[in-house]
Amino acid sequence: MTLIDVTPALQAHEQETCELELKTTLRALIAAKFESVAAAQRKPLAGPLADELVLLESGLDSLCFAIIVATLEDELGFDPFTEAEDVYFPVTFGDFVRFYERAR
Amino acid sequence: MSTFRSPSATSSDSMSAPADAMSLRGTLRRSERLAERRIHGWAGEVSLADLARGTALGGAAAALAGRSVLLRVADPLYAAIALVEFDGVASRIVLSPPDLQDEALPGVVLQAGIEAAVTDGAEPIAGLPTHRLALPVQLQDSPPAAIASEWVMFTSGTSGPPKMVIHTLAALTGAIKPAAAGAPPPVWGTFYDIRRYGGLQILLRALFGEGSLAITAPDEPMPDFLTRVAAVGVTHLTGTPSHWRRVLMTPQSRALSPAYVRLSGEIADQAVLDALKARFPGAPIGHAYASTEAGVGFEVNDGLAGFPADYVGRAGDVALRVVDGALQVKSARASSGYVDGRTLAGDDGFVDTGDMVELRGERYHFVGRRGGVINVGGLKAHPEEIEAVINAHPAVRMSRVSGRRSPITGAIVAAEVVLHDPGADEAAAREGILAACRERLAPFKVPAMLRFTPSLPMTAGGKLERAVG
Repeated sequence: MTLIDVTPALQAHEQETCELELKTTLRALIAAKFESVAAAQRKPLAGPLADELVLLESGLDSLCFAIIVATLEDELGFDPFTEAEDVYFPVTFGDFVRFYERAR
Repeated sequence: MSTFRSPSATSSDSMSAPADAMSLRGTLRRSERLAERRIHGWAGEVSLADLARGTALGGAAAALAGRSVLLRVADPLYAAIALVEFDGVASRIVLSPPDLQDEALPGVVLQAGIEAAVTDGAEPIAGLPTHRLALPVQLQDSPPAAIASEWVMFTSGTSGPPKMVIHTLAALTGAIKPAAAGAPPPVWGTFYDIRRYGGLQILLRALFGEGSLAITAPDEPMPDFLTRVAAVGVTHLTGTPSHWRRVLMTPQSRALSPAYVRLSGEIADQAVLDALKARFPGAPIGHAYASTEAGVGFEVNDGLAGFPADYVGRAGDVALRVVDGALQVKSARASSGYVDGRTLAGDDGFVDTGDMVELRGERYHFVGRRGGVINVGGLKAHPEEIEAVINAHPAVRMSRVSGRRSPITGAIVAAEVVLHDPGADEAAAREGILAACRERLAPFKVPAMLRFTPSLPMTAGGKLERAVG
């Protein structure tokens, strides 16, 4: 009988799950922020918050984005726009989420 | 013994008679009810009758005749005493505000040509020959006022580091009307420090208007001062809108019944005017526009925020005009210039106040300082105009609006709000405040961030503390 040590695999799986959950949480948090700021600013979102949604066509204006970035900074403790060494402009909602994921 | 005059004293006595009559002491000596009049400080009080004749310097005023003197005291009562004693004697009186740091003194001494200092403490000031003030006032001959002293005051420094500006007693008292015949003697009370323009105005009103005065000290708790105010029967009570908002939060304010309530030094918004009207229904409530540089501009006594549009361009001692949204003032009450020789006024005599106004109907409203704008993606918002809208909400005691840095728009508008009732429903208040802002302000001016706080800091000058830059 060969015993297979499954611990590394389990650990790898747990880590993946954990990262996946974090990513899901961050994405959900950002999406929720888009929705609440849109509602507060009376700017209806142009479509569902899918990866390919182009930010400039989302219905939000730059003031909305400024508020989203500021409130996310308060909740997450960082602001990737200010921390980034290069000027970066996310084009789609997916870019925006990944920008935060990478900066974490 | 009086050995204070130079050999030329005899010949200059007739020359100095007008200067003496114009001086603080000369004015006091003409008072018919001097014996009843007092300045009430936190640590003690002084009779104006004693002050008109005596000295708190053990006669050292003679040594200060014709000198440039720095007045640096801990207790503002001593500032009042020294001003009376030195006016017309010292060539220049430099009035150090309470928050001037020791590190700044060498520069101040150099710039203002200061030759001696006067203090109520034990330590010499900035390496200068230092004379000590002490109570009680000793009665003795004092030098007659021979000259028109220059009074040097510090600007509040709301826009940049404080600057020293030169005034004369004539300019400082230019807006003070003589007491009405037969009127009961006023007892003034002020939350301002008398070493700043706003507070000095009140000291001078008391001295020139047959009145008495109650002043506070930097460490005195507001409730203690209000208890004293009630005890000495203050009739005319004055402070900044920030002072008054704090007063309205004290139970002691309910025991006050002033005959006159006055605000200046900051924008008086409708909310604070209405709150004072409700708390003191019998008292006229006036707000005054003044600055250390431009002097007293005007008073508004109709209970409404802002000022009537016809104040601009009307004839009188003070000419007003609005240039690019900023209020400009031309007045004999303005400072004659900075101590470093720079002039304040332009070629045509107008001083640019940096206070921004906006015409709404028949009235100008103050919207804030030129330098204080929040730039939201190129659109300009004044913190004060947003605060005025927030403060109008019935649950709000006071608020502070500032710019928060944003990588997207440069800045966004952030608000900190103090509620009347700390236990109030914050969610409901937030909704109500933001709804009012959305209704009355352009979208970029509506606070993007709003948080509640139990209190907001005030500067030594009694103004809401704002971040510089």
